[in-house]
Amino acid sequence: MTVSTVAPATVEGGVGTSARRPDGILKVAGEFAYSSDLWADEMLWGATVRSPHPSAEIRAIDITAAVALPGVYAVLTAADVPGARHYGLEVVDQPVLAIDEVRYEGEPVAIVAADHPETARRAAARITVEYAVRAPVTDPEDALSRGDLVRHVPVRRFASAGGTALTADVVVTGTYEVGMQDQAFLGPESGLAVPAEDGGIDLFVATQWLHVDQKQVAACLGLPAEKVRLSLAGVGGAFGAREDLSMQVHASLLALHTGKPVKMVYGREESFFGHVHRHPARLSYEHGATRDGKLLYVKARIVLDGGAYTSSTPAVVANAATLGVGPYDVPTVVVEAYGVYTNNPPCGAMRGFGAVQACFAYESQMDKLAAEVGLDPVELRRRNAMTTGSVMPTGQLVHGPAPVADLLALVRDRPLPPAATGDPRERPGGVANTTRGEGVVRGVGYAIGIKNVCFSEGFDDFATARVRLSVVGGEPAVLVHTAAAEVGQGLVTVQAQIARTELGVTKVTVATADTSVGSAGSSSASRQTYMTGGAVRAACQAVKATVLARVGRAGELALVDGKVVASDGAVVASLVDLLGNDVVEETVEWRHKPTRPLDPVTGQGDAHVQYAFAAHRAVVDVDTELGLVRVVEIATAQDVGKAVNPQAVVGQIQGGTAQGLGLAVMEEVQVVDGVIRNPSFTDYLIPTILDMPPMAVDVLEMGDPDAPYGLRGVGEPPTISSTPAVVAAIRAATGRPLTRVPVRPEHIAL
Amino acid sequence: MRVTCVVNGETREADDVWPGESLLFVLRERLGLPGAKNACEQGECGSCTVYLDGQPVCACLVAAGQAQGRTVTTVEGLAPGSGEEQLDRVQRAFLATGAVQCGFCTPGLIVAVHDLLARDPAPSDPDIREALAGNLCRCTGYEKIMEAVRLAATS
Repeated sequence: MTVSTVAPATVEGGVGTSARRPDGILKVAGEFAYSSDLWADEMLWGATVRSPHPSAEIRAIDITAAVALPGVYAVLTAADVPGARHYGLEVVDQPVLAIDEVRYEGEPVAIVAADHPETARRAAARITVEYAVRAPVTDPEDALSRGDLVRHVPVRRFASAGGTALTADVVVTGTYEVGMQDQAFLGPESGLAVPAEDGGIDLFVATQWLHVDQKQVAACLGLPAEKVRLSLAGVGGAFGAREDLSMQVHASLLALHTGKPVKMVYGREESFFGHVHRHPARLSYEHGATRDGKLLYVKARIVLDGGAYTSSTPAVVANAATLGVGPYDVPTVVVEAYGVYTNNPPCGAMRGFGAVQACFAYESQMDKLAAEVGLDPVELRRRNAMTTGSVMPTGQLVHGPAPVADLLALVRDRPLPPAATGDPRERPGGVANTTRGEGVVRGVGYAIGIKNVCFSEGFDDFATARVRLSVVGGEPAVLVHTAAAEVGQGLVTVQAQIARTELGVTKVTVATADTSVGSAGSSSASRQTYMTGGAVRAACQAVKATVLARVGRAGELALVDGKVVASDGAVVASLVDLLGNDVVEETVEWRHKPTRPLDPVTGQGDAHVQYAFAAHRAVVDVDTELGLVRVVEIATAQDVGKAVNPQAVVGQIQGGTAQGLGLAVMEEVQVVDGVIRNPSFTDYLIPTILDMPPMAVDVLEMGDPDAPYGLRGVGEPPTISSTPAVVAAIRAATGRPLTRVPVRPEHIAL
Repeated sequence: MRVTCVVNGETREADDVWPGESLLFVLRERLGLPGAKNACEQGECGSCTVYLDGQPVCACLVAAGQAQGRTVTTVEGLAPGSGEEQLDRVQRAFLATGAVQCGFCTPGLIVAVHDLLARDPAPSDPDIREALAGNLCRCTGYEKIMEAVRLAATS
């Protein structure tokens, strides 16, 4: 029997609706259990001893005084790690606890478990580590010349075979710098490790990818993966900072050693040392164009500081290289991107992932070129905008919609915000501004960016979903189970929406993510709605096929409101009758279309799955005398393919835009001689509600035929172009070159 | 030491409190009320905002002993009962507008907005921004929080 099916157009709480978050009530009531909220009987508290030096040899560690403190149950060093003593996402090079040397300030050296967090901290302070301090390598160019290379990605594409001369009537050059940004999620690294009767461990943590944690933790504990069971505890934001391990192995080691549950919760200062940051970058660009502003070539050299360990630097370098000229048609491209090791804090994933740094540079260059050829910045971009059928510098054809010019037009054509009213709270610096606004000048700036969605370069990228349909309490109910990390973005909502749409059932529960189901991959690379969404849809379709096969009649059938319905609308059967006491369950592993590695010499290859685009227009008021900036308004236009949850999509766009604004004007982990100078929310500033302007959003839905529901990854693109848009607006107001972010008052007023 | 205070309408006691503990720690770890959040524990983020004798405070900056004999209301104490209909109007507005993402800032913001609307039932946008300047959110960019406050003020 052949059963073809039709999907219902709209379903209450289904795809395309702004369904409510299933965890929303718990979150507003203060009852949602985050990873730092967990508690167990007989629980101990862990603390970490960290290196005060960016580079040193460890001569000796004396734990005697710590062990002697009443209330202390364990003090462990590298010698106590039973399995692999290193871990890592791509390269296993980061010690669980320092072995003979430390390579960055804050590197974990020893761990303590005690019956009170203060006891644990005091015990940690009693551990004496004898260091022989070395001069740290902190300059990425020095590191490069020393050969401390993580990865070099060249991308070379030439307009004509053999034509390597880079000449043009108009040439603009510039060197740009991007400071080290922190993800600054609010929920600190934390979790609870509970020793299990089978000698294994049950670990409740906030992470982005349970299975990659499981693999690394199991290796370090010397346990088989099935004895290391992870469950996702409530995640207080991630933004890339939870891709690498933090306390996972440490808490597990202490729990196995003491036989008691161990909770670890970083404070804010420790959190600045507990996760990787966005790579600081130095980017030198040369753009060649015709006199009417058509790009002929782009030549770029990008150096990213990876810090002390590899983390995800190789992939960040590839993104910076392959996305390095932006969403433009460029006939000839020569990009050299490097990631290097230094003794600075390790850098890895943060929202935008290599595309952010490049975008600040190429968009600054586009403005420079526009000025050089006498064109409006939007018009210059329009003349060079890529479109469907364009070819990337990697040689990859852009198959799906690429509405670059449309997005720019959308932000350009929005009405501009009114002039300031004179309310002193509207001045740059707010009521702290000591002038009457005499030196305030308004500026407008534009930028657009490009981001790859999903994992690239031939990575076997998949997600797993288990979907169960049964009758519960006299009505059909669906249980969706995946290991995908809800980090705040609304993935739990989306999973339920997809199940409602595919199965026509209102009552959908999304189980807690854990490692008892297959991997979902990481909540990163703007990939989860695409990947886990795709897996949930596929699993639902498998369930649906099983159910419809029971109907025993041919023709187009759909599941609507708990019933099997024929194409003429006639009800064929109810799911309650059809299922009875049976449970229909299907598990599906789902993949996107394969990608390919980059050629190591030319950087050519179909490395990416999907491209996503967002454009920004920023309007700023700058106090040119005080060097203070107030962003008055920022407008975003983004193509999302299909807004699976329109409210959540806008939330992602606004939140991402805010992080880009932060990088533009305030956010930087200040590192001097390898030492972080501002590890607190007093000194590392993220935008407050006073710093953020109204944010208008235009959402385009130009479906990608390759993606589930036509959707396009949403999370990262808005973070990428808001930074250069804000800086362009400040340049427009001040005439200053502003080649470094974050822009500081002295860059404007001195 | 022992700390006794009225929390969400009930007299509560915590024993063996180390004098260096904050009110936040006692609420979260000794009284089973983890609603107030531990995002910075240095008074910068507002995630731990609770009422102390009717005044909003950062619970991380209040020593546990300072709460002795006083009245504390946390986010868990704002709703008269469980279920969406029983939530406070501020909580309902945060849900309706999509002002909750990761939610870690949410409890502190809800207490801060609850306090704002008690003082000023119809705040202007600049007033809202001023009142909430001590509450950091990393997910939303604050636009939907603004919408939530406007909605709560009119509901």
